[in-house]
Amino acid sequence: MTTTTIAGHELEVNEEGFLTHPEQWTEDLAPELARLIGLELTDAHWTLIRFLRQDYATEGETATLRRVSTRTDTPIKSLFALFPGKPAKKMAYVSGLPKPKGCV
Amino acid sequence: MNTTKHLVVLGAGTAGTMVVNKLRRRLPADQWTITVVNKDEVHDYQPGYLFIPFGLNTPEQVRKQTRPFIHDGIELLIGDVERVDTAANEVRLTDGRVLPYDQLVIATGTTPRPDQTEGTLGIQWHREVGEFYTYEGAVALRDRLDTFEGGRLVVHITELPIKCPVAPLEFAFLADDWLRRRGLREKTELVFVTPLDGAFTKPVASRTLGGLLAEKGIIVEPDFMVERIDQERQVLVSYDEREVAYDQLVTVPLNMGADFVAASGLGDELNYVPVDKHTFLATGHDNVFALGDANNIPTSKAGSVAHFSVEVFVDNFLEHIAGRPMPHSFDGHANCFVESGHGKALLLDFNYDTEPLTGSFPIPKVGPMTLLGESRANHLGKLAFRHIYWNALLPGRPLGLPAEMSMSGKNPA
Repeated sequence: MTTTTIAGHELEVNEEGFLTHPEQWTEDLAPELARLIGLELTDAHWTLIRFLRQDYATEGETATLRRVSTRTDTPIKSLFALFPGKPAKKMAYVSGLPKPKGCV
Repeated sequence: MNTTKHLVVLGAGTAGTMVVNKLRRRLPADQWTITVVNKDEVHDYQPGYLFIPFGLNTPEQVRKQTRPFIHDGIELLIGDVERVDTAANEVRLTDGRVLPYDQLVIATGTTPRPDQTEGTLGIQWHREVGEFYTYEGAVALRDRLDTFEGGRLVVHITELPIKCPVAPLEFAFLADDWLRRRGLREKTELVFVTPLDGAFTKPVASRTLGGLLAEKGIIVEPDFMVERIDQERQVLVSYDEREVAYDQLVTVPLNMGADFVAASGLGDELNYVPVDKHTFLATGHDNVFALGDANNIPTSKAGSVAHFSVEVFVDNFLEHIAGRPMPHSFDGHANCFVESGHGKALLLDFNYDTEPLTGSFPIPKVGPMTLLGESRANHLGKLAFRHIYWNALLPGRPLGLPAEMSMSGKNPA
């Protein structure tokens, strides 16, 4: 656990850089977190980020890739285009949420 | 006045069979009827599928008739569920039968769905594109392996969660052993393709199991989300357009809960029933429970979880129908034997809050098992479990294994 400053906010992050306190996330953090992984946010990104935040608030867990795809009506292919390589991880990272648990 | 109440259980697999047998002993016959609905007349010991392709279990050893496992005083109906009408407290079967219930338990498990990934059900299905999560698939794969002469053997997981999440790893370990014994290992590239970023989801176990993969020269292709199988070119294609070629593919298709769960408005995006993870009561309902693989609790979809869940559920259920709060809370306890080849196995023991740890696990009458390390005793324990399953677990006899996880004998991480 380390403390870092992103967009003027002092935040606690884990060894992979994920926020350890999702409640510390604010919308102005997202573009900066995105920049750190080489992404520039578009409206399409924001739709997904807002869904992830709202879903986490009600479910207490980060949505899986399939859940994001089904609930926001976004093909998985598009999720890979928006968040290349590791969309589930990257969406969670930008949204200030824990890495989704691959169920055991 | 007839005050008899009806308990309806959907599914006579591990969880459903244990529940009806245990509850029949606890619920007075003049007060409660118990009906269990199953789609067919057979009950498979599903952990045995893994061994069939390697000739370590015969098909006959894993398949029995359902009926003899359902105790007297329980009605067994064979049929398919169309939907549950939770407003009317009724289950509708596809043949038109309607079953009213006072309490409902959904235990219809999870099923591999090759139809959900484009290109899976082509002419190579159950041939070059094999699987071992069904009886037919395991037998077909045994015949394929019999004629295998080397090349690329690819073990593949489509998406999580899957039933028995360690089974694909075990398949890879057993395949390595089997290929060596046949003198084919040098001529075979053994590849493990996973949507995860490592061998397993839990960090401590992932390191140990990842180490075993490396030791056995098994190539890992991580972060691979399959989009389709191209049978003509014999490649798996991912959403980000990577390709993995196969000569023999062993895929684990997407797993989903039963379709009637979705049709009844009771499911999540994979048809699993959202439940309270400590009591299994379906979210938003007071008389609907979901047990075993059918629910969405965040632990392994595995027989051990079904078993420990049922232990907790039965006592709770009796309180619940008496109008009292449910006293017991399930902790997510799971344990899995992991076959690692060469007559050895590892044992994982974990719950919602604690990762699989190293140490030892006491099993009554058998003795301590090595946790997260390979041993011959673990392998023998896994093989012996088939007998325990048929003769003690399904009939609902106590095994002496506590439902709640214990830290005794374990080394903290």
